[in-house]
Parts: sequence; C-alpha cells; structure tokens
Amino acid sequence: MAKKGEWVRIHKVVLAAAERTAKLPDDTKKVDFEMWVKGTLQNETAEIGDEVTIITATGREETGKLLEVNPYYTHSYGKFVPEIIEIDKKLREIMQFGGEN
Amino acid sequence: MKLAKDYDSVMGRSADIMKASLGLDFNDFESGSVAFDYEGLMKATGYTIEEVDRIQSRTGVGHTQLLELRNITALARKYAKPGFGARIFVKDEAANASGSFKDRRAACAVAHAKKLGYKGVIAATSGNYGAAVASQAAMQGMKCIIVQECYDSNGVGQPEIVEKARKCEALGAEVIQLTVGPELFYEHLSVMEDSGYFNASLYSPFGIAGVETLGYEIAMDCREKFGKDPDMVVCTQAGGGMVTGTARGLIKAGATDTQVVAASIDLTGLHMASDVQFNKKSCTTGHTGFGVPHATNPDTGDVPRSAARPLRYMDRYVTTTQGEVMYMTEMLANLEGLERGPAGNTALAAAFALAQELPEDAIVVVTETEYTGAGKHIQPQLDFARENGIEIVFGDPKDDVPGKNIVLPADPGLFKVKDLDLDKLRKSLIKRSVPRANGKLTAEDVAFLVADTRSDEAFVKAALDELGVEY
Repeated sequence: MAKKGEWVRIHKVVLAAAERTAKLPDDTKKVDFEMWVKGTLQNETAEIGDEVTIITATGREETGKLLEVNPYYTHSYGKFVPEIIEIDKKLREIMQFGGEN
Repeated sequence: MKLAKDYDSVMGRSADIMKASLGLDFNDFESGSVAFDYEGLMKATGYTIEEVDRIQSRTGVGHTQLLELRNITALARKYAKPGFGARIFVKDEAANASGSFKDRRAACAVAHAKKLGYKGVIAATSGNYGAAVASQAAMQGMKCIIVQECYDSNGVGQPEIVEKARKCEALGAEVIQLTVGPELFYEHLSVMEDSGYFNASLYSPFGIAGVETLGYEIAMDCREKFGKDPDMVVCTQAGGGMVTGTARGLIKAGATDTQVVAASIDLTGLHMASDVQFNKKSCTTGHTGFGVPHATNPDTGDVPRSAARPLRYMDRYVTTTQGEVMYMTEMLANLEGLERGPAGNTALAAAFALAQELPEDAIVVVTETEYTGAGKHIQPQLDFARENGIEIVFGDPKDDVPGKNIVLPADPGLFKVKDLDLDKLRKSLIKRSVPRANGKLTAEDVAFLVADTRSDEAFVKAALDELGVEY
C-alpha cells in the first residue's frame, strides 16, 4: 500500500487506439498512446492499479494508475557480449600495442 | 474558462501556443508563400557569436579540447593508398557540462528564456538534449520538463533512452515518458500551454546559434595548432542542427574552403513511428530515420520554421552502419582511451573511411564525442539488440540490414561510407516546399529554394518544371 507523500510512478493512456487520428503505421494505430510520469502521491492511501493524483517534480498535478512506489532504474551495462572482446583482440593485434607478440 | 484539452482542440491552438512559448512571432519572417527570411530569423536571436560564447562560458560549455586520434589515424593509414590517410581529430564535446554538444544548444535557449522571464523550460527529446536543457535550467535556477518518446506498447524502453531519462531527473527535471508516435507533439503542446514554460526547441534560432561556436572554435583551434583551416569537418546528422550550426560557425570564422560532410547511420527500411520496429533499432539517434526527413523537410518540428536547414550547408551526405558505429565506439575506447558514445560516434565511423580518401597532411575534424553511461554504451545496446532478435555477426558492413542484423566489420579495412545523392534530396525538399505556395511560385520563392538546397536557379527551375509547378 502506498501512502500520501511517497514518490511514485503512474501510467496513463493519453489517447486510446481508437482516438489516434495522426498519420501512423498500421501497427502503431492498433495500440494506445501511453504516458509514464513520476511524482508525490496525493491520495491518503492507494494500491497498485488505483487511479491516483500526483504532484510532479515541477509542481504539476497529474492523474493516472499507480504503477510503482519508490520507482528506480534497472538499466545497466548489459550482459556480456563476446564480440566486444573479439574487437579488442583484433585491434590490439593489428596495432601491436606493447610491441610484437 | 477552462480550455478544452482534447487532441483536436490543443492541435488547433498550436500556432498560438508556439508563439507564446517562444516569445517570437514566426509570422514576422514569413512571405506568405514558400520563402521566409531565414537570416532574419537567425538575427532575431539578437546574440552575436561573441555573446553566445560568453553565455556558454558562464555555464561550463564550449572551448572543449580538440584531440588528435593518433592510433585511429595510424590504423586508417594501413588501409589507405601510400601517402593517404588524413590526421583525424575530434572535439571532445563530452566534456561539456551535461556531456554532449547539446549543451551549446541549450545554453543559449535557456539563457534567453530566463531573460524573457519564463519560469521554466520544456523540450521534446529522447536524446542528450534533454540532459543539456535540464543542466542549463538547474544552473540558471529554472524549472524543466522533458518530454520523451521512450517505450513501445509493451512498456519496453531503449536502454539508451532510459539512461537519458535518469540523467534528466538527476539534473532536477520532470520527465514525461511516452510510447511511440507523433502525438508526442500534442502532449508537448498541451504541457507547454498549461505550464507557460519556454519552448527550448532543438530547432529554434537560439539553439542553432548556440552550435555556431562549435564550428568557430574548430576553425580557430586548427589555425592555432596547424596554421590552416581543417580540410574536412564531419558532423553526425539527425535533426540537422549540428551540420547547420557548425557550418555557420566555420563560415563566420572565414573557413569557407572546409568541406562539411554530414553522416548518418543507415536505418533504411525501419519506420520511425512504428511501434513494432521501435526497439528493432540499436541506435536511437544519428540515423537516417531523422537525418533524411530533417534534411528534405526541415519545417516539421516543434517550431513553425526550423533554424536547422542542413541542405544549405552540407557538401556531402554519407551513411555508415550500426555495426561500424558500434565497432568504432569500441575502437575509440580501446585504441585512444576515450570511452564515449555510441551514437555520437557516427561521424567518427564515417571519418575513418573518409580520411583514407585524403592525403596524410590533410586535417579531418569530427565535431563531437558524447558521454557514456549505463544503457548508453555498446554492451547494453548490443545486448538489447540480441534480446530483440537482432543477429550480431562479424562480416562486411555492406550486408547490414537494419532491424535484422548488426554486422561488425570483420576487419577495420571494411569501413566504408555510402554517398547519398544530394540532388535527389534537393528535389525532395523542393517538392515538399511547393504546397506552401499559392499556386505559382514567386521569384523570391525560387531564390529561397536555391539557398535552401544550395543549388542554382537552373536546378530549382528544372525541378519545378519536372513537378509541373509554375513560377
């Protein structure tokens, strides 16, 4: 359960697929135009999925479905990609860093 | 009375919203037809290049180092014919306050917003520009909102864009993240209208004036170090601001013989507004999906007329591939000790091939580096590609198929550039400009198109004849 004053992330459908009138490729036409934004929860309490109100970092009021409490980033330096080591080996071999091997 | 905020109502008010959010009436420069007073628009910023330099210097922007890439030059020479292989240099723009050349663009726009009394700035960008605007807003004590196209309909975001969101938030901005689609403009306008913030558009004259210092510095750096102007300057081409601003700066410095080459990653075949294809690309900027439309149809952005008009300034427009740019990013780290990019290394990948066309005493300058971070690095980007079904192989980059594979050059000798047909792009620009005319094009329109395509009257008239358009 989230409490008033907690930092949260909400989700909102800005335009449902049927409301999208811009010139779009067919695959994009079929899906909603969605938005995610973070802010301070204004409701006394809320559960994930509830329609809530937040105040964003610039002081704007936004509404949407509660998605995450204390949201954080998980992007990283990625899983090992062996090709990168191959590039390094090849370049060092051509350039003979540290003299001939 | 509360304004209606539905799609059609907001889009219908777009001209008024843009005028209020820029403090500039673009109608002052319009002829009512194809032509508009481009130089008048640029002068309307009211800032000379010296003033822009002062504004930037106050906030840790500009006067970055021009670094010689000695090992990369030596490597290029191994594949060039004897006596060929120009010296390759790069402006280390990653050293700007927020980590890219975009600080130059943001510095001017945000300073101007501050001067006009706006409380905040807003920008629509999934790129480094968001961090630049956020950084400048923080330094100048203003609020900041960044609107990003970030996710596909499954809520999966490009790691590179997610990192840029993190950085914007770290610098105090609010980030509005959206799924794929041009309706981003609607959300952007709507928030601009409600907040009353300044539109720190990438395409405003303030932004482009900010890049002019980059071209100017390159000319000055080269004169000081080598006693001559650079022979070639290679710019990554996406929205066109880098090419336009750099070339204008070079001209202001008097470096009129320097060849300006635009370079984009070839993403032919991938539709930029496609939800399914959004995460099939492995670089989110510096590619032809932005580069070509912004060259041939510059006035489609978030300002009525774009100050970024790259076809006016480029001598050549070449493409490279995702695999070459990824490889070059690793090369820059491994051979030069500079972990930068990846997307910002598009021009460098092209320069590696272009330098081989020039003699050893020639100077090739690549205009930028950009910061690297989690998500924004070749390993997470290649890992993300592989997870999205993209095949990663070593081979000949000419076998690259965007959205299907990433071909890393099996040998550095396989780096090549492909020249786009500039005349074809020029004709495309002319065709897209025609609907603005009231039937017949005026003599002023023809002169404008000559300048906008950097061609001559005979070329423009022949193109109009081909289209069956009167002038």
